[in-house]
Amino acid sequence: MANRFSIKHQPGFTAIAATCFIVLYLPIVVLVIYAFNAATSTSEWGGFSLKWFQSAWQNTQVIDATLRSFQIGATAAVFSTIFATMAALATTRTASYPGLTFKYAAINQPLMVPEIVTGVALLIFFSRIKIFTGYSGLGYLIAAHTAFCIPFAYLPIRARLENMDLTLERAAADLYATPWRTFRRITLPLLWPGILAGLMLAFVISLDDVVITEFVKSGGQDTLPTYMLGQIRRGITPEINAISTVFLLLSVAIVTLFFFISRKHD
Amino acid sequence: MPDKPDRNAIEVVKVSKIFGSGEGQVAALDTVSVSIRENEFFTLLGPSGCGKTTLLRLIAGFDFPTAGEILLYGQDIAPLPPFKRPVNTVFQSYALFPHMTVAENIGFGLEMLGKPKAEIKARVDAMLKLVKMEALSARRTSQISGGQQQRVALARALAPQPKVLLLDEPLSALDYKLRKEMQIELKRLQHETGITFIFVTHDQEEALTMSDRIAVMSSGKILQVGSPRDIYDRPSERFVADFIGESNFLKAEVVGVSAGRATVKLSSGTEIPASLPEGLVPKGKVTIVVRPEHAQLSAASPSASLSGTVENIVYLGTDTHFHLRLADGEPFIVRRQNSRGTGDGIVQGGKVGIVIGGDAAQVLKD
Repeated sequence: MANRFSIKHQPGFTAIAATCFIVLYLPIVVLVIYAFNAATSTSEWGGFSLKWFQSAWQNTQVIDATLRSFQIGATAAVFSTIFATMAALATTRTASYPGLTFKYAAINQPLMVPEIVTGVALLIFFSRIKIFTGYSGLGYLIAAHTAFCIPFAYLPIRARLENMDLTLERAAADLYATPWRTFRRITLPLLWPGILAGLMLAFVISLDDVVITEFVKSGGQDTLPTYMLGQIRRGITPEINAISTVFLLLSVAIVTLFFFISRKHD
Repeated sequence: MPDKPDRNAIEVVKVSKIFGSGEGQVAALDTVSVSIRENEFFTLLGPSGCGKTTLLRLIAGFDFPTAGEILLYGQDIAPLPPFKRPVNTVFQSYALFPHMTVAENIGFGLEMLGKPKAEIKARVDAMLKLVKMEALSARRTSQISGGQQQRVALARALAPQPKVLLLDEPLSALDYKLRKEMQIELKRLQHETGITFIFVTHDQEEALTMSDRIAVMSSGKILQVGSPRDIYDRPSERFVADFIGESNFLKAEVVGVSAGRATVKLSSGTEIPASLPEGLVPKGKVTIVVRPEHAQLSAASPSASLSGTVENIVYLGTDTHFHLRLADGEPFIVRRQNSRGTGDGIVQGGKVGIVIGGDAAQVLKD
């Protein structure tokens, strides 16, 4: 009888939950299964094979795009996390003042402005700079990724800072620690799980970006997602499924890694 | 009580602290001056919001005074940041560093002072011994109990041998029994280290049992400074008498003053002697205070100072409280210690006399 009013046992709950899971995961499961398809089609099963993984592995364009994605992702994640950490310190370590809300909004702007708008704006802006400086390297992509990764890195860091006891920093100052040493010995170690979370989140977000990258990239600067998009336009082979599967495993690995790191720190 | 040398460790000179500006301005401290002697256990006592914690924070350097000077052995430290003051704090929440061990916490101050490793180790060991925590030195601070955290916080603040130790209600988070233990422990530590302690509390009992001297604060001002006995027996203002212990307040009229004492006439017409607060020359109508245990009951007779009716008798084991109503309608409480076999015929509703002895009454400033 005790179960009668339990929220877990309401009629229809199981069905709704099951539907949600199926809708979410079935397409991904299908995609992963067809990565092992021996046939050239993504809809007809031609037996089990690893040939699409081999083909992707030998495709230099895929390797190039993957390495480029990692290079941009890692650099942008590091820069955006540094900026986000400074922003989080500046917005939580002061008394509330008029304009603070505006600053929050400014920091979180990439979450609110449609990506396509940012993409177009950056395209125009960077093309001017390109003409002016002649530079056309990866710097533009890194700068763009850094910018839109900042709010993602900022949120976990700020959450961590807001839960931190300010008295700890006061105690360090009381025990003769200069502001810099207080930061190094107290604030930073306690903030570390938040910074790691921000770093990983920023990396994953950068890895996944299509819209802004598509606008900002120059010729020969495909990242893995934009390369895949380009391939799909020409017709899909299970090679795309194979790349997606590896991509998926990679993302899951990063999230799992983060989970264990943050758990260890708490 | 050991002799206290008359050197001042801390002198607070006309310090004010104003928060906010314009209409919303609040004076947390209003031109406060007080001297704290070297090697004494000094307590700032008052209700929450009286400014005691603000004063402590100003001495620690977590905040800066709006006006006035704070001298540490004659040197003005008011403008210095906390890490440049040879003063350490025991925080109400202990504020132990959660990512460090007990030993690392205790050694932190010495490390920041740039002491050599061997010296830090020796000093940390000595501190662990002082607070009886040797066995737990390698533990994380989250793995020890509240009472143990308290000891670590004390050891951490004492380790750099500060000139003054500040304690911000450090016992308030402990349960009653542990609090009693720590009160004795704190007195012992103060005695053994010879460091000047400034202790902030709202608990009058804590203040009376531990302090060499107490400053009673209210609304950003220090009302009275004195030994626990001074404060209890000779409160200078109604607030002090009311905040510490129980009090009977009586209206009286001054009929004569000589050699620091007054003769006052009570509502019953009886004249009794009363002590005066320092520097007060009273005249006309005043309020006097009499502690419940400083008055005696007698049979209703003309020789009694006052007379009243017994409204209630409360037996408390060690003593008995007699709640009386005086002839002029004011309440009055007499406390009497119980001894075996005292049945003395005082009954509810009966008439009794109240004798206020030669040293029991004190004239208040307000």
